[in-house]
Amino acid sequence: MTETRVSHGTAALAEMFARAKAEKRAAFLPYFCIGYPNHEESLRAIESAAALGVDGFEIGIPFSDPIADGPTIQAATQIALENGTTVRKCLDAVKTLRDKGITQPMLMMGYANPLVAYGTDRFVRDARAAGADGLIVPDLPPEEASMFADSCEREGLALVFMLAPTSNDERIELVTQHATGFIYVVSLTGITGARRELPAYLKSFIGRLRARADKPLVLGFGISSVEHAREVSQLTDGFIVGSALVRAGGEGIEAVRELTGALVAAIRK
Amino acid sequence: MPDARGYFGEFGGRFVPETIMPALDELERAYAEAIADPQFHADLSHLQRTYTGRPTPITHARRLSEALGGAQIYLKREDLAHTGAHKINNALGQGLLAKRMGKRRIIAETGAGQHGVGTATAMALLGLECHVYMGSVDIRRQQPNVFRMKLLGAEVIPVESGSRTLKDAINEAMRDWVTNVETTFYLLGSALGPHPYPMMVRDFQSVIGLEARGQIQDMTGQLPDVCVACVGGGSNAIGLFHAFRDDVATELIGVEAGGRGIESKEHAARFADLDISRPGILHGTRSFVMQDEDGQIMETHSVSAGLDYPSVGPEHAHLRQLERAYYTLATDDEALEAFQTLSKLEGIIPALESAHAVAEAIKRAPTMPRDSVLLVNLSGRGDKDLDTVIGILGE
Repeated sequence: MTETRVSHGTAALAEMFARAKAEKRAAFLPYFCIGYPNHEESLRAIESAAALGVDGFEIGIPFSDPIADGPTIQAATQIALENGTTVRKCLDAVKTLRDKGITQPMLMMGYANPLVAYGTDRFVRDARAAGADGLIVPDLPPEEASMFADSCEREGLALVFMLAPTSNDERIELVTQHATGFIYVVSLTGITGARRELPAYLKSFIGRLRARADKPLVLGFGISSVEHAREVSQLTDGFIVGSALVRAGGEGIEAVRELTGALVAAIRK
Repeated sequence: MPDARGYFGEFGGRFVPETIMPALDELERAYAEAIADPQFHADLSHLQRTYTGRPTPITHARRLSEALGGAQIYLKREDLAHTGAHKINNALGQGLLAKRMGKRRIIAETGAGQHGVGTATAMALLGLECHVYMGSVDIRRQQPNVFRMKLLGAEVIPVESGSRTLKDAINEAMRDWVTNVETTFYLLGSALGPHPYPMMVRDFQSVIGLEARGQIQDMTGQLPDVCVACVGGGSNAIGLFHAFRDDVATELIGVEAGGRGIESKEHAARFADLDISRPGILHGTRSFVMQDEDGQIMETHSVSAGLDYPSVGPEHAHLRQLERAYYTLATDDEALEAFQTLSKLEGIIPALESAHAVAEAIKRAPTMPRDSVLLVNLSGRGDKDLDTVIGILGE
């Protein structure tokens, strides 16, 4: 079966942001790691989140040495690897989810080495064929991205780069110039993981980026609660929730549904 | 020199989270300023002379050479540097740089503990705060060094993730750096990681080769026919090789950890086992990486913690591709044998890492003429390894 969606890749993401903007809110993209707590349950979690009306997905490909991740995602991706999750299985998962009729944009999120081992051109081609819309590689700054950039452009996939509170004007300009789809804004100087509070400087940080970056801004790292979602929904074009949902995934599908539902409701007021 | 993006040929680069990209730019600038400043060189050279005990001597291993009946073996005695290994060269260099940059919190990773001890020592000397990440497996096999670091005022942070060895200690140190990048200097211990580390660590270690090149000519009237060094990340080897790069008649040989043998797949021979090792990306740099078919990093094995690492410095990958350097391996058994041979014949107990280089010298010297010169970098002393060796060979 082939995709029934009209748009894909960067176009699908642009439509996602436009819809959210029309509703005066940010787009909500949950992160799920394929293979955690096991293959079937990770797919079920994504399906139920899709049914609850999330705007898009970050689909995690596990890696043995995730240097940008905190303990929650480290442990989950380790289990995913022990469950036999491979790059190929992650791509197949996307295909399966598309076949089940999920239409929201999906971005593949994985560290560089497994993608390089798979073959970068081949990965981008297969990701497009499976129905993915973009690519996020946390250890790939724009300087090193040429190995993905051409094939992503050819296939129309978004190649997302990150900005962080440490980014200076020079970095903001470089990342804005190269990012397609959106810019992933790392909310804090640190690794992934749920935090009780969002950083106090968030508003001025986003303001600083807005003044220089004319691409959609999607905030990630540390966003874990309904209160956080409400706050960032008025600040950014989108946000990602990772560790909090991964933790819920460890408790079971009901916990995922509950948190996802609460986050979806929070940004729709 | 690497190119502007930190590549040695097709190896190197900067594969790191965006959060630390500005810090790498800052480090690169600060390092360029430091090496253009005569005062920095004067300060470093003063410490090398009055604190580390440089220049370290070269010893003619007469009895070993005699027993082997071939090349004359010479040992560059980095084991006689303060703290007992070459790691202090880099720790002092980066420590002075950190101080210059106004960073007071220093983090480091360690495998065998030699870099941790070198860093803890340099930080005690320079009055900087020191935190060392160390895999819990390595903590168990390198107890004396753990105690040394604590005595020197460093905090040793056990790493329980992954294989709990050097690779995982680097992961944790990088996570710490990502989190505390504005106040923290990451004092990386080998010629690997994102640019400018491979170049900077090589430069701080190149004192080994610069000294040795002059010393060996004074002693023998010639350049060495062969230089041998062990290669984990590869800092002692690149430090020796760098000065000889243009001496094309001098053969450069790096020795990797053959562990329980290539067939066993339990080793750290990144250049020897191309079934499971190929160019990839680990810890911010593109080099040879031991990995499974799916690009997951493999666990490695070596009797010596300092060589137990799945990747290798990018400049080594480049030198190998250029065929300027050759890479071979010594197994655990060969290294243990060399460890005992050098102790008995020369009264020098080498580090198990350095014993890999000695093992290659033992293999190669008999094939060379008696008037030829084989220079081995004896990168560290073996006292730290006595527990390990007693555990294997018995008392």
